[in-house]
Amino acid sequence: MKARVTVMLKDGVLDPQGEAVRHALGALGFSGVTGVRQGKVIELDLAPGTERDEVERMCEALLANTVIERYEIEMG
Amino acid sequence: MRAAVLVFPGSNCDRDLAVALRAAGARVDMVWHKDTALPEGTDLVAVPGGFSYGDYLRCGAIAAQSPICRAVAAHAERGGHVLGICNGFQVLTEMRLLPGVLMRNAGITFVCRTERLIVRTAESDFTAGYSEGQEVVFPIAHHDGNYTASEDELDRLEGEGRVAFTYAENPNGSARDIAGVLSENRRVLGLMPHPERAVDPAHGGTDGQALFRSLVGALAAA
Repeated sequence: MKARVTVMLKDGVLDPQGEAVRHALGALGFSGVTGVRQGKVIELDLAPGTERDEVERMCEALLANTVIERYEIEMG
Repeated sequence: MRAAVLVFPGSNCDRDLAVALRAAGARVDMVWHKDTALPEGTDLVAVPGGFSYGDYLRCGAIAAQSPICRAVAAHAERGGHVLGICNGFQVLTEMRLLPGVLMRNAGITFVCRTERLIVRTAESDFTAGYSEGQEVVFPIAHHDGNYTASEDELDRLEGEGRVAFTYAENPNGSARDIAGVLSENRRVLGLMPHPERAVDPAHGGTDGQALFRSLVGALAAA
């Protein structure tokens, strides 16, 4: 089984990389982009029967820094 | 006085840090990240700059989970001194020994230059060799030095006099110009600038000497 963890900066935390991407898109002529937030996706291959709770503990312990980041877990 | 300098894959300021500590009178052991214990009698753990584990996931995140860092956490728990410089500061925030987090520089670019800092408190073994308000010049060299914490946390740090250094001219977007912070018991210091690169006249400045001398002096006397 797999889990997909999406880690994004919390709302309100300045994302300089997202801002740089937004500027670059503007420079390419894409004038309609009003905001860009950049995050990361982490795919986990898991032993069958792994509980969502365990993935949540992984997020809290390592995968996200909850001072500035939030995460979403998709079990699949 | 015994200092342990941690060495991770990707550390690159470990030797400079050892040289600075030895010059101040410390006996220095280099300690590999896979070790599970600090040398007997370690007074200070020094976490060096560099790019531990290639900055994978987040700067300092993997190093913070390494075997030696469990021993460092126990050392801090006992009231032991810990100094983290640059990547070492990032490791200490990831270990939650210090509050906040170091984000990508607001200007996106890696910044490498000498920077003027203001000493904000002389009330710690790290900063006792300076006076409050004194200006010092340390080199900086980082991509992720943008200190961020909640407004409440920042208020608390300032209110408790735990901001050790601020930038005279903010190079990276750090909240409230913060360059270095102390733990609640004032025995853990993390800072982005490199005092160990300012301890020899050949470095172009020696403002970092006072940090190592006062720290080694205080711990040798303890």
